[in-house]
Amino acid sequence: MKDWRANKLMPGAIIPKGGTAREYKTGGWRSATPKWDEEKCKQCLICWISCPEGAVLVKDGKVRGIDMDYCKGCGICVAECPFEVIEMVGG
Amino acid sequence: MEKCIEVRWHGRGGQGAVTAAKFLAGTALAGGKNIQAFPEYGPERMGAPIQAFTRISSAPISIYCPVENPNIVVVLDETLLDIVEVAKGLSKDGVILINTLDDPADVRKKLGTKKGKVYTVDATSIALDTLGKPIPNTPMIGALVKVTGLVSLGDTTDYFTESFSKKFSQQILKGNVEAIKRAYKEVRGE
Amino acid sequence: MKNISKKRVVATTGNGAVAEAMKQINPDVLVAYPITPQTAIVQDFSQFVADGAVDSEYVTVESEHSSMSACIGASAAGARVMTATSSQGLALMHEMLYIAAGSRLPIIMPNVNRALSAPINIHCDHSDSMGARDTGWIQLYSENAQEAYDNTIQAVRIAENKKVLLPVMVNLDGFIISHGIEKAEFIEDRKVKSFVGERKPFLPLLDVDNPVTYGPFDGLGGYFMEHKKNQADAMERARDVILEAAEDFAKISGRKYGFFEEYLLDDAEIAIVTLNSSAGTTKHVINELRAEGLPVGLLKLRVFRPFPAKELAEALKHLKAVAVLDRALSSGFVGPLFSEVQTALFNLETRPKVINFIYGLGGRDYTLHEARKAFEELMTVAKTGKIKKTLGYLGLKEVEVLV
Repeated sequence: MKDWRANKLMPGAIIPKGGTAREYKTGGWRSATPKWDEEKCKQCLICWISCPEGAVLVKDGKVRGIDMDYCKGCGICVAECPFEVIEMVGG
Repeated sequence: MEKCIEVRWHGRGGQGAVTAAKFLAGTALAGGKNIQAFPEYGPERMGAPIQAFTRISSAPISIYCPVENPNIVVVLDETLLDIVEVAKGLSKDGVILINTLDDPADVRKKLGTKKGKVYTVDATSIALDTLGKPIPNTPMIGALVKVTGLVSLGDTTDYFTESFSKKFSQQILKGNVEAIKRAYKEVRGE
Repeated sequence: MKNISKKRVVATTGNGAVAEAMKQINPDVLVAYPITPQTAIVQDFSQFVADGAVDSEYVTVESEHSSMSACIGASAAGARVMTATSSQGLALMHEMLYIAAGSRLPIIMPNVNRALSAPINIHCDHSDSMGARDTGWIQLYSENAQEAYDNTIQAVRIAENKKVLLPVMVNLDGFIISHGIEKAEFIEDRKVKSFVGERKPFLPLLDVDNPVTYGPFDGLGGYFMEHKKNQADAMERARDVILEAAEDFAKISGRKYGFFEEYLLDDAEIAIVTLNSSAGTTKHVINELRAEGLPVGLLKLRVFRPFPAKELAEALKHLKAVAVLDRALSSGFVGPLFSEVQTALFNLETRPKVINFIYGLGGRDYTLHEARKAFEELMTVAKTGKIKKTLGYLGLKEVEVLV
């Protein structure tokens, strides 16, 4: 079912493959953008746990940035960060 | 059209009228007949007047409504004669079988009808003697078998033993069979 | 009793016959919530589970809304699923019925027809299943215990067919059939087993190697309308599948089924169209009237959804007058079955006059008298060619109405 697209109808509107949310880039919804300060970050990973979109990029156990393809700009990471490392900026 | 025999049972909740209606149908089915048995669903309390119906026919039965013109009426409790019109709709050559100490002629007066033939049997005493409980349904079946010849006595007692051998103890089975046989002997006609 | 064949001839209630069919089908999951007059079905089945006579997972729930939800989950997971209900229970399931059908889940559900409150009533009429007409379920109707048993077994084959994948509701009359004892013939277990086969689920949810999504959002920019059309097409395809299943079923049972049964209809001039047990009582009266020389007949509908409009029109077109009997009410218009039958006949060049009788609401008896009355009215319509009243009632008591 690798070649499945939404316009190829399945009975019961079943989606015959996993991980389809990846194709749905929600970053365009953003009206404010989180700005993360790598210098001040204590790498507690609370932002990574808190992000509802899984948009906090982590590699080798360390935060590397935020994926703007999927970040909706909800600001939860800003509210949750104990060290005020992230702030919302316009646009 | 083959004639369909229709039976209406009158009893009080707990006397086993519904079980009797079903049992008669089961016996007839075992003898290769087509059958129906069903109660009238109403207030199913102990002691409340209830009705049940049995249909027996050589041809398939397609009718799905209560019996209105019974060939046979069976009354399990004589106190019902005062409150229920048991002879209602009885066919001319019909049979009314009543559980009572009285003679058929006396019961005839109470019924207020000239239709049919009246039979009586003291099923309650028979039940008390054979089962130790005043449940008159099995003796009434014995009397019904005698009066109507719908099924044979042997088939009836055999089917009873077969149907209830898992449910009842040997003693209760024997008591019931004895009740059927005694009522078969003791039933009186006009 | 002489054992003529391996078929078992038994004295059974309608509920007992349905429970026996369910036992022989041996579904993976049986979801149970009791409601009169259906309760005996799930009660019998719980005994089968306790006795080890079936392998089914028996799931008890706290309402019918939950029972249909559990059916949906289990069916999407890939299981063969059954439940049973009646009346208020079916009404409480209502929103989930659409989800079962829209998700194309082949759930099988006997519905023991019972009136809907108010006033409170536990007896037979068809308001429950008629209210579920547009939910997308296939609806079969059964005259007696035998047909309820036969329909339940055939329902599995119809529902699970790849061309269909739709839930099936098997209707039988509450108390009249569900609790009445009559003769029925049960097929050998192994024959039923091979007839229903194993469910081969289409993209089951529990196939973890091939993850799928059930119940996605399908909004404005999506394909909701196309999915609905696809679902309606499946219902159309069910027509052939129903007939195929009936043909195969005849091979193991000797009993023939179609979209409907015609009883002395070919040479009839007037006829009754009805569902379920009233058909039997009507047949009895037809026999009596035929003996008096009257050209009367019956069409007993078995398949209500999909509605066999073309075939029905073909079977009725030669008649002078037809009475459609509805055991349900659509306040403000005619009975639901009448609407369908009249629509089916409308485009014929010449068509019979059609009248409608509401009967048997809340278990009111449909006796020989009521059937005769319907035929008498039909004779007048046929003779005069005129309909005095489109909608009438059978067996209505004379009462003084205060307000």
